[in-house]
Amino acid sequence: MRLAMKLVTSALFSAVLGTAALAEDTVKIAFIDPLSGPFATTGTNGLAEWEFAAEELVNKQGGVLGGKKLEIVAFDNKISPKESLIQLQVAIDQGIKFIAQGNSSGVASALTDAINKHNRRNPDNRVLFLNYSAVAPELTNEKCNFWHFRFDANSDIKMDALTDVIAKDDGIERVYVIGQDYSFGKSVAAAAVRFLAEKRPDIEIVGNELHPIGKVKDFTPYARKIVSSGADAIITGNWGADMVGLGKSVIEGGFDGPIYTYYAANNGITATFGDVGKDRIRLVQEGPLNPPASDRMSVYVKAFKEKNPDFDITQNRITNAVEMLARAIDAAGSTDAVAVATALAGMEHDSLWGGKIYMRPEDHQAIQNVHITKHTDEGVTFDSDNSGYGLVVESSIEMAAADSPTTCEMKRP
Amino acid sequence: MELILINLLDGLVTGLLLFMLSAGLTLIFSMMGVLNFAHASFYMLGAYFGYQISRYVGFWPGLVVAPVVVGLMGAAVEKYGLRRVHKHGHVPELIFTFGLALLIEEVVQFFWGKNQMAYTPPEALNFTLFAIGDNAFPAYKFFMIAISAAVFLVLLTILKRTRVGLVIQAALSYPQTVEALGHNVPRVFMGVFGVGTALAGVAGVIAGPVLGTFPGMAVVLGSIVFVTIVVGGLGSLWGALVASLLIGWMTTFAKTYNVSGADVMALIGLVPPTDMSDNPFRDVWTMTLPQIADILPYMFMVLVLVFRPNGLMGRRET
Amino acid sequence: MSETALAARPTTGMLRAASPWLGAIVLVVALPFVFSDSSAITIMNQMAITIVFALSYNMLLGQGGMLSFGHAVYMGLGGFMAMHMMGWIEEDGLPIPLPLLPLFAGLFGLACAAVIGTFSTRRAGTGFAMISLGIGELIAACSIIIVAFFGGEEGISGDRTMGPPVFGVEWFTSGEVYWIISGWMLLSALLMYLFSRTPVGRMANAVRDNPERAEFLGYSARWVRYISFCASGFFAGIAGGLFAINYEILTEENLNLATSGAILLMTFLGGVGFFAGPIIGAIVFTLLQTVLSLQTELWALYVGALFVVTVMFFPGGLTGLLTIHIMPWRLGRLSELMIPYAKTLLPGAIGVLGFCGFLEILFHARHAAAGDHEMILFWITFDTHGPLPWIITAVVAGAGYWLARRNAPELKAALDHASAPDRMP
Repeated sequence: MRLAMKLVTSALFSAVLGTAALAEDTVKIAFIDPLSGPFATTGTNGLAEWEFAAEELVNKQGGVLGGKKLEIVAFDNKISPKESLIQLQVAIDQGIKFIAQGNSSGVASALTDAINKHNRRNPDNRVLFLNYSAVAPELTNEKCNFWHFRFDANSDIKMDALTDVIAKDDGIERVYVIGQDYSFGKSVAAAAVRFLAEKRPDIEIVGNELHPIGKVKDFTPYARKIVSSGADAIITGNWGADMVGLGKSVIEGGFDGPIYTYYAANNGITATFGDVGKDRIRLVQEGPLNPPASDRMSVYVKAFKEKNPDFDITQNRITNAVEMLARAIDAAGSTDAVAVATALAGMEHDSLWGGKIYMRPEDHQAIQNVHITKHTDEGVTFDSDNSGYGLVVESSIEMAAADSPTTCEMKRP
Repeated sequence: MELILINLLDGLVTGLLLFMLSAGLTLIFSMMGVLNFAHASFYMLGAYFGYQISRYVGFWPGLVVAPVVVGLMGAAVEKYGLRRVHKHGHVPELIFTFGLALLIEEVVQFFWGKNQMAYTPPEALNFTLFAIGDNAFPAYKFFMIAISAAVFLVLLTILKRTRVGLVIQAALSYPQTVEALGHNVPRVFMGVFGVGTALAGVAGVIAGPVLGTFPGMAVVLGSIVFVTIVVGGLGSLWGALVASLLIGWMTTFAKTYNVSGADVMALIGLVPPTDMSDNPFRDVWTMTLPQIADILPYMFMVLVLVFRPNGLMGRRET
Repeated sequence: MSETALAARPTTGMLRAASPWLGAIVLVVALPFVFSDSSAITIMNQMAITIVFALSYNMLLGQGGMLSFGHAVYMGLGGFMAMHMMGWIEEDGLPIPLPLLPLFAGLFGLACAAVIGTFSTRRAGTGFAMISLGIGELIAACSIIIVAFFGGEEGISGDRTMGPPVFGVEWFTSGEVYWIISGWMLLSALLMYLFSRTPVGRMANAVRDNPERAEFLGYSARWVRYISFCASGFFAGIAGGLFAINYEILTEENLNLATSGAILLMTFLGGVGFFAGPIIGAIVFTLLQTVLSLQTELWALYVGALFVVTVMFFPGGLTGLLTIHIMPWRLGRLSELMIPYAKTLLPGAIGVLGFCGFLEILFHARHAAAGDHEMILFWITFDTHGPLPWIITAVVAGAGYWLARRNAPELKAALDHASAPDRMP
């Protein structure tokens, strides 16, 4: 009985998978990010951006390799490294060659290891990793490999820009650093301490702590600590639900200084801060929305909002990743991982958001303009969360950290 | 000092919220012997219903309607689900409520999706009531304390002063005798289950705007509620209150004070090793109190179960 | 009766007992040649690991009557140990061949169970369930704090190919790893089966059904529970070791309540009262998870509903449903059931599909991107905002349910009739 059962179910299974594997006239990109759980909002928003960018910027312009369309296949990794590896295996089994992921450096680090291992073990079926958001520095330093490309500026580059602004503000004497307890949160904290000591040794770090990622139900006790420490400013790398929770509690708890952040916008965060956050929240980011860089960009953003009224363009680099990948595939003339990676490394690209992108071949880190923006309702062309509030550029750094050192020793095939 | 005061208040809010859940759960357990694994799911339903109602007619009607709806659903679950499984014994009952918890989470995601809902406190309570030092205490938190206290008083009055309360109390200690006396025990069961889940619903409505209304909110709180009633002693309302407050204060205080493992070790005269990178015990030194705050209740429970199996104030064995 | 006949008897008995195992071996060896593409191998590896885990879980729930909400802990701890050993093999050249790793993982699981069991097995039923939940949450939370062992948020990962090759195999592909996993799966299943036949295994059943009477027979109920608990921890640890080899990563998720809950779910779906129940549960659940999740976003809802329905109406699980057909089959009366089945199951299945269709349309209408009104269901493309699809699926669901319900008593009568051993011809 069991025997028969096993046979029948297995046969059924391969029948289902078999049909799925048939249609092969598209170039597929596996999007592996959280589509459920506390960070689902960030993931689903990112997915909408990938799908829109692929459709608008590549497929409507004639596709790649003379007419093949890009197709985004979504996989939910529930922000778990383990689940991501399982989904990676499923994606590879489906014949997908390009893996896109961004949310959580912990996941990215597991993926980059796994992809490196996979490519070493299966030389005839290699895949590429398009990291569009995970910014822990080690991914392009000690953990770098030939298959990994980062399209965002890493957290050290961003903290360098952020601390420049803090250093200029004489009102800040005491700073509280708080972040999520994983590689990214730790790098943010380390970089903040390092850069502040360099640029403003008189600033006192009154608190430096990490909290579990995605698990804190109530940030009130943390807010109490921050307020009681007498901090003038907060630095945090929190994102998703952790940013909403922290921001809400801190403001409700009576904190009235500026908050320096990486990701305190969109996905409900901008709406949550609203008027209280005005001119107090500063964000370091690439590709800004306000003021618009070009007409082409405005048209693109409007079309996106029309299709996805509840989402925003939150991770501008996604369009760079899509366009650069499409160009690299065309340049390589195939979807072969080595050829496409070789074409991507060293590529220069005019970003939809203004400025240039240079994919540094030494460590596959994209070098680009980095901006400090502030949360406000003045001069906002494209708002976030349909709240009337948005991010407006305050200062910019051209091709930030273009000559920054890297410890990457890349092994090329 | 200011920090201690504000922590006492914050801990009270957390503790009383826990109590609203654990009170219903412990009532249900003492009546029926069923640990309702899905109890926190009814709390989640309360929050979602409250949110949905608040979108049309505002927060206040939701505070009344949502718990009633949740209570009715609870009663229906008892009548059509639990009663059927009851004959197979307690373990299948527990498995049933476990399955129900999974199902409710999926159903919630089906209707409301996976994202957090924009459930906010009513405008009327959106101000700072007072501040201790620089720390502001929002009016809404005071409202939470008031509602929880009111619920506790009403519950206590019903249990001590009414006939229904007498029957329930009798059933707490001598379930078989009550049945033998000819009371319609199934209906009492249904009623208690309904009231218990409605209490969870109230907790959901008032906690949803503060702790967030999202599909994982039941899991987040679920096991802590179990811990509370086990620590307090199964079947004891006072035990549930004491345990809820203890756990509320314990976690709040632990999160506020950055005491690290190294500090504790220094007290007993140990110095940290110079090279931490490869030391298998390095976490003992770097561990901080806020980090372990969330597991303190579980450690507490294990200790209570090992040394005092009846819980702090319970009479029955777990 | 001649001597040879007497001697042959036990041999045939042995053969009969061994035949399912021989069949399983043949099947396990044949499967990768039948389904050779990598996705099928991936699924089969996952299935085999889950089978070991589910069988170990059923040693507690089915055989010992202990409902655990924290069984993932023992699998996870074993897995973490295996992962560390993989690291030591890579860095310190520990000369352990990869296929032996699960044994050490199992021993570590056993050790942990032996410690935790000292206080958790003191009680059965609800008390045991609560302690297991508490321990589970405690260790899952510790995994974030104790970074040296658990690796924190990112977990720990390793490389399985760094050990000494075994017969020239370096374990590069999941196809090679399949042999380790399936081998351990067969071995563990056999050992667990044999355990259930030992006096301790038998006593576990007695303690489950009536602890007082077992005590009167001179057995300490607690001691019997403790032994089962330790054995279960050992096999869970083996499953963890296999997991480490297959996925090369372990995280907090391997320890938490969601994993413990999933194993309860699939074991119960398969049927806790039978040795084969968890095996069937693991296979069906893994298939549901992979196939259904490719087809619909609502798969977890369906699985949840299926679980609740199983608990309420079919406490024997899938295996229980299958076994009620053994009697009719032995009596050669399966054909009698054809018509009643067609009359009940067919409308029932159509009704369920209709209901699912209704849910899918509702879900699509609520959650699809703005302006996206089109969906494809059962190879038909239509507009979800028109009334027609709603009406059709609702009517199909209602009619199917009504017909199935009307004919269900007939099916039950036919089953009873077909199972009755001594009815008049």
